[in-house]
Amino acid sequence: MSFPYVHELETRTLLSEYQGKKDARTLKSWRDEGGYQRVRKAIDMSPDTITDVVKESGLRGRGGAGFPTGLKWSFMPKEDGKPHYLCCNADESEPGAFKDREIIRWTPHLLIEGCLIGARAIGAEHVYIYVRGEFFEDTQHLNKAVVEAYEAGFVGSNIMGSTWSCDITIHTGAGAYIAGEETGLMNSLMGNRAEPWAKPPFPAQAGAFGMPTTVNNVETLSTVPGIIEHGSEWYRQWGSEKSPGTKLWSCSGHLVRPGNYEIALGVPLRDIIFDVCGGTPSGKPVKAVIPGGSSTAFLSAAELDCATTYEGMQEVGSSLGTASPIVMDEDTDIVRAMRRIAQFYAHESCGQCVQCREGTSWIVRILQKIESGDGRLRDIDTLYDLCEQMTGRTICVLADSVVFPLKSSLDKFRAEYEAKMTSDKVAVG
Amino acid sequence: MSREIHPAVVGAQPFQTAERGQFDGPIFKTKEGRLRLEMALTRYPDKRAALLPILHFVQEKKGWIETSDMEEVAEALEVTPAYVHSIVSFYTMYNQHPVGKHLIQVCTNISCHLNKGDEVLECFLEETDTRQGEISSDGEFTVIEAECLGACGFATVVQVNDRYLEGVTPENVSNILDELRAGSHKR
Ligand SMILES: Cc1cc2nc3c(=O)[nH]c(=O)nc-3n(C[C@H](O)[C@H](O)[C@H](O)COP(=O)(O)O)c2cc1C
Ligand code: SF4
Ligand code: FES
Repeated sequence: MSFPYVHELETRTLLSEYQGKKDARTLKSWRDEGGYQRVRKAIDMSPDTITDVVKESGLRGRGGAGFPTGLKWSFMPKEDGKPHYLCCNADESEPGAFKDREIIRWTPHLLIEGCLIGARAIGAEHVYIYVRGEFFEDTQHLNKAVVEAYEAGFVGSNIMGSTWSCDITIHTGAGAYIAGEETGLMNSLMGNRAEPWAKPPFPAQAGAFGMPTTVNNVETLSTVPGIIEHGSEWYRQWGSEKSPGTKLWSCSGHLVRPGNYEIALGVPLRDIIFDVCGGTPSGKPVKAVIPGGSSTAFLSAAELDCATTYEGMQEVGSSLGTASPIVMDEDTDIVRAMRRIAQFYAHESCGQCVQCREGTSWIVRILQKIESGDGRLRDIDTLYDLCEQMTGRTICVLADSVVFPLKSSLDKFRAEYEAKMTSDKVAVG
Repeated sequence: MSREIHPAVVGAQPFQTAERGQFDGPIFKTKEGRLRLEMALTRYPDKRAALLPILHFVQEKKGWIETSDMEEVAEALEVTPAYVHSIVSFYTMYNQHPVGKHLIQVCTNISCHLNKGDEVLECFLEETDTRQGEISSDGEFTVIEAECLGACGFATVVQVNDRYLEGVTPENVSNILDELRAGSHKR
């Protein structure tokens, strides 16, 4: 929906220039536009130089955690004689996020270029692109592109006539949010249940098939070709010192123009919601926004002037996450919305950790009770208590992921919870 | 035909298709089944990693995965049937029971929830006269609630077998069902 409409705040340079243009999917058009020359350039660079350029660019991982990409690559051992792997995380399933799908379906060759350059940097001989199983149609575009790239000699042995070889395999998941967590992803790739493992071992030590592995998000890797082509200074023309570059914003919820927009980091969140996306369809004021996908903390309407950078979001007690604002207008029932979000985490918990397995389902039960008008004030204390028990005590951060929205909704919208308790029968709306 | 599938993408074929029941009997005794398995095995350093791709293949051909399939897959990949079962039950996309010709999955997660996702689900259930997971009496439909389908800006999102419908409203539902019945929604 972001195209053909283009807003002046959009910077459609790095990621979204070709979105909405079907031709760009074919190898021929992609090469006409200069595609794969960046891979050529990367083959002529040493792996360390590639890593350094990405380090200097300040690119941070777009899968949610925002870890500096160049730094992550530098953790990979050198000349250890073992096979190395790159896993491209295309399992996109964070509620609110739908940016990776857009990259895959419009610019599959951009992603392949990014995978190859990343693989070169970390010495990987094989890239596994783990795509969520539901993305059937989008995967077909990617499949076609990979086969074309193999046939043109851009993937496989002796890429572009060089001595460098690297394979790419598309691997589709089968429906599990937790397969998006990096160790869960690698377990799933290996034919196991997508259960995360406790680190160490870190992926760079012993990841997929026990070998040094790096896991990177689709958007992260798709940003790399531009950086290699134009350099780190060019990339830093956008964003802030700590959050350079542009980012795809997946905007959803109560919006006139929901969709994906590539925007330089740092503009006020308010501008994205009201200018780019046109505010709420009802014309009513915004009540709340979850800025970074459903596992980030709620913002109230008063907090929307925050800057859309990693640090700006932190200042208001939330996080950039996957840059996926979910907008709720004045008529939204926050308790009901929170219950729906909690249900997701209860459904997706892999069940290894007691705090997460039991905690998520208790949260759902208590929220259902409050929603139906049977809540007591002490239930709010119980919810806070659960938040406490579920923070920082589990193998992965799925448990924390439900705490962020829950705790912030209790802090900022407590009155809504209480309103359901004072009257006898509150209409569920 | 498998022969035309490049090994790099063999594990990434659509596995919830409308064409079902093409397979009776042992999967890996057929030429296509054996070829798919062999191709998948070339892509991983480890046999077990072919498990998901192979289960996809079974479901692509049969529409669901039954105990005898799990036993066959277990034998082919040298794991126990119980292990294969633990995999099939872990991932939501593997159907452990037969489903209607059109498997309709309605997202009711937060962004769709804010855009009438729950009503869309209710409409599908009502119009097909089923409860979640059941097959409609004409064998055409199974409707279930889905978690976020990763297309939240285009709410409400509905997945029908291997394709997405975007921007579905309660008012659209009966049209969609008519088209599916008439086969005009087929890929
Ligand atoms: C529960 C959970 C789900 C996740 N899902 C995804 C996902 O769908 N896609 C993704 O790229 N990262 C996801 N992540 C983050 C990954 O663990 C990992 O940090 C990321 O893929 C690293 O790539 P990046 O450094 O390029 O961001 C998830 C993390 C958690 C804890
Ligand atoms: S926190 Fe939850 S999802 Fe993560 S490993 Fe533990 S039980 Fe599984
Ligand atoms: S919430 Fe429905 S597709 Fe994401």
